[in-house]
Amino acid sequence: MRIVCPFCGERELGEFTYLGDAKPQRPAADAGEDAVYDYVYLRDNIAGPMSEHWYHGGGCRAWLKVTRNTLTHEISAVEPAAGAGAAKVGV
Amino acid sequence: MRGDQANRLNYGGLIDRSTALNFRFDGKTLFGFKGDTLASALVANGVKLVGRSFKYHRPRGILTAGSEEPNALVELRSGARREPNTKATTAELYEGLEAASQNRWPSLNFDVMSVNQLFAPIFVAGFYYKTFMWPAKFWEAIYEPAIRRAAGLGRAAQVSDPDHYDKAWAHCDVVIAGSGPAGLAAALAAARCGARVILCEEDFVLGGRLFADGGMIDGLPAAEWVARAVAELTAMPDVRIMTRTTLFGVYDGGTYGAIERVNDHLPVPPEHQVRQRLWRIVAKRCVVAAGAIERPIVFADNDTPGVMMASAMRSYINRYAATPARRIALFTNNEDGWRTAETAIAAGLQVAAVIDARPDISPAHRSLASKSGFPVLHGAVAGINGGKGGVRKISVSLAGGARAEVEADGLAVSGGWNPAVGLTSYHRGRPKWRDDIAAFVPDGAPPGMVAAGAANGAFGLGACLREGFEAGAAAARDAGHSGNIGSMPVADDEAFSITPLWHVAGKGKAFVDQQHDVTASDVELAQREGFQSVEHLKRYTTLGMATDQGKTSNVAGLAIMAAVSGKSIPETGTTIYRPPYVPVAIGAFAGHHRDENFHATRLTPSHHWAAEQGAVFVDTGLWKRAQWYPRAGEKDWLESVTREVKAVRGGVGFCDVSTLGKIDVHGPDAGTFLDRVYINAFSSLAVGKARYGLMLREDGIVYDDGTTSRLAEDHYFLTTTTAKAGLVMQHLEFCRQVLFPELDVQLTSVSDQWAQFSIAGPKTRDLLKEIVDPAEDLSNEGFPFMGAREVGLRGGIKARLFRISFSGEMAFEISVPARYGEAMARNLMIAGKPFGITPYGTEALGVMRIEKGHVAGPELNGTTTAGDLGLGKMMSTKKDFIGRVMAGREALVAPNRQVVVGIKPTDKARRLRSGAHIIPKGETPGPGNDQGYVTSVCFSPVLDQWIGLGLVERGRERIGEIVRAHDPLRGEDYDVELCNSVFYDPDGGRQRG
Ligand SMILES: [Zn+2]
Repeated sequence: MRIVCPFCGERELGEFTYLGDAKPQRPAADAGEDAVYDYVYLRDNIAGPMSEHWYHGGGCRAWLKVTRNTLTHEISAVEPAAGAGAAKVGV
Repeated sequence: MRGDQANRLNYGGLIDRSTALNFRFDGKTLFGFKGDTLASALVANGVKLVGRSFKYHRPRGILTAGSEEPNALVELRSGARREPNTKATTAELYEGLEAASQNRWPSLNFDVMSVNQLFAPIFVAGFYYKTFMWPAKFWEAIYEPAIRRAAGLGRAAQVSDPDHYDKAWAHCDVVIAGSGPAGLAAALAAARCGARVILCEEDFVLGGRLFADGGMIDGLPAAEWVARAVAELTAMPDVRIMTRTTLFGVYDGGTYGAIERVNDHLPVPPEHQVRQRLWRIVAKRCVVAAGAIERPIVFADNDTPGVMMASAMRSYINRYAATPARRIALFTNNEDGWRTAETAIAAGLQVAAVIDARPDISPAHRSLASKSGFPVLHGAVAGINGGKGGVRKISVSLAGGARAEVEADGLAVSGGWNPAVGLTSYHRGRPKWRDDIAAFVPDGAPPGMVAAGAANGAFGLGACLREGFEAGAAAARDAGHSGNIGSMPVADDEAFSITPLWHVAGKGKAFVDQQHDVTASDVELAQREGFQSVEHLKRYTTLGMATDQGKTSNVAGLAIMAAVSGKSIPETGTTIYRPPYVPVAIGAFAGHHRDENFHATRLTPSHHWAAEQGAVFVDTGLWKRAQWYPRAGEKDWLESVTREVKAVRGGVGFCDVSTLGKIDVHGPDAGTFLDRVYINAFSSLAVGKARYGLMLREDGIVYDDGTTSRLAEDHYFLTTTTAKAGLVMQHLEFCRQVLFPELDVQLTSVSDQWAQFSIAGPKTRDLLKEIVDPAEDLSNEGFPFMGAREVGLRGGIKARLFRISFSGEMAFEISVPARYGEAMARNLMIAGKPFGITPYGTEALGVMRIEKGHVAGPELNGTTTAGDLGLGKMMSTKKDFIGRVMAGREALVAPNRQVVVGIKPTDKARRLRSGAHIIPKGETPGPGNDQGYVTSVCFSPVLDQWIGLGLVERGRERIGEIVRAHDPLRGEDYDVELCNSVFYDPDGGRQRG
């Protein structure tokens, strides 16, 4: 698989680290335990285009939001994740 | 001519008769020529029997002339380079080649295990599942060893592979698989347009079947046209021709896997050269011109040596000038098979008969038969009279029901052609059925890929050239090239007419998959037993699961399944195709990443100095760290480590701690940022101070710890554990970029930029005074415990100095630019000499941290909370931070959690071992009363006994309790006392002094 990093250009899969679903948003500090529980554990099992977080650790160290079709691995969009405010589980 | 190559023509072929090569097969010395494969040399020498079959040990010969070969598998080379299951049909002959037949004992001609044939009923489809179900213990003891002896492939070398393998990347516009007429035409078109082209050919000769089948292209004999095309391609700078290279897989994003057999054609690779090279080719477009594979017809005794694919026979005769038989019969169901009769006649061989399953044949062939004086029998082969000596007599059942017999020493078989649909189907593609050629053809392909020529079901020479040329031009155009394409190569199109015939019913074993010994009746049995899906058929019978992946057998197998289940072939369908197209050695995937180069090695700044001192190194992730520094006369590591600990506690020592992750955190919001990633506060930390920090994962479990110092209002210097250095950086970047983009903060990894040393012991300050600029105040008031600031060193360079202690002693950590790291180690030795300076390694470091009750990797193990580690009070209640909410979950704050506690054996002479389970006194050890385990142990020179830390249920409430340390792995069981985890200087006076 190859990902077009907005900063570095087209690079090979080995330069990137996969995190997962980019959709869940970290709740506000006062959102309560249920909201945080959902954020940490609840994930959709998407068959089709999915917004995902990838880290370009072998390049510019940018976190990217990649739209990848989980059925075909086709990547339709890549953008910097900065500002997306999305979830990260378990580190 | 050298040697007894009785079956070698004295003209023609792509062999060099002036270069005779001697080789050994099963110990017998034979000769061949340069340009031969092992198989063609065996054919030339009249060797028909080359191996024994997998299950039944039946005698087998050479079936094909390519990488689809199921039978002619040999052990090639000897000793460390012995390579089992090598196809004789693709192994190039070289001087001194050694090959041995497989799966026979004691010899190929007399094989004891061929009695398996008598027990054939137990080897039917599903025999593993049926025969050896019960009792279970018999499986390991009796059945498996027996089967392994009886059924099998070659023997792998028993020693490490002495050769090197390489991995490489290549990038191009168009990659082409195969250099037959379609592949060459595609390469010409694409290259003329200006595209960067890589042409991969698995053979060592370019041209595909043109050397076997001939023909006229652009008015030239095929061989001349090939030479001209190759010359044109070679002259173009952006064309890379890779022979001995198989494109074996297609991966996402236009990445292709290819295996180049760089030096397989030599006995031993030349010095400094690799044996094989694994290529990852990134191409905008791919043209699959991989051709087609001729398929057998399944009939009784179709595995007799001397039965050969019709196209393979043409390859041996035309390309290698080697004649597989003198009197050849042909069994065909299609027009193309007849070419073998023509070839045989042209080579001066006898044609005994053509057995054609079709009701009608062309007038041209009829006149060929009458002119050459051989009969044409309309019917099918019903059996073979032969054996290990090869075909002698062929019995034919004629269309009218009568029988005929044909005497011949070779039988060419053509059941039609299967386009090589592997590459085009690797992304779960399903090929589609074409009735006119009775074959599966690609139905679409992975993005960027297209099939052309025979691989696409276009079997005529003219059609191959046309499709290849057009596909090459289109690929170049798609890749953005539009140069002058020139003229398309032209040839006639031969007619291809076929009447499908898959299986001729008859007495005797009729093999579908010759490599795995799967017969037509196995397929029928599978159907009767309900395994009708092709995926079930495959797994139940093991059809197509051998190293040839069923290239000659899969379609026949599913055609027979279709017939017995009353379905059509397309309804029956194909199994999923999976790479690699040919077997690829694990060594090629590993490349240079083996042994000490399995991963990269990181050396600390003081490594070379430490090596000079005779340090023993330990692998810590990628790092090599000094573990201890043995001295003459010390009997073991424990003596060295104990000396190092005592030297630190009594004087001064130093240790390279550069492996810690180091991150500079800059910006006006740096403090706020750290407040959110650590459980404790850092915005309140004064400039010039350091603080221990603990990070959680978002699920509330401890992630990492380390010391962070505030060097300026907007500049913090953060350290991580060695193990998590890269991961913490990644985590912090996530927090910065994704979670908290509103914060004005920047992160810079400086792990490699700073060499850091811990200097510890009561004489530390005396030593530092010798190193640090005398103007710096190092007194307890001027540089108190947990102070941190930049200082000048004698000589002028700047260092960062931190008064932090992992050992519990008066200690500093000092950072200098990494390039001064080695000099720093040497200077410390010189300046510290009057104080008895002692370098110490990671073992002594570990002993002192356990004595001091500090937690480390074994306690920060991905299951523990801050509270478990005794650090719960650090969790701020005044701010939000990663993991705060989830850390408050009921089970994570339950009072009966296993928490860190000190552990020491009641018998002071007893050695404590980590991993021992903690069981209450008087209880029977078992999961029900397992209360935790010992995480870290050391011999404490201070207490003069073994001590440890453990995670024990309610441990902190049970100080003083005697429990059992139960260690079933080591067979030990002894009493230990739960105690305070800080064994040494519990009030911390020494580190503050
Ligand atoms: Zn990048």
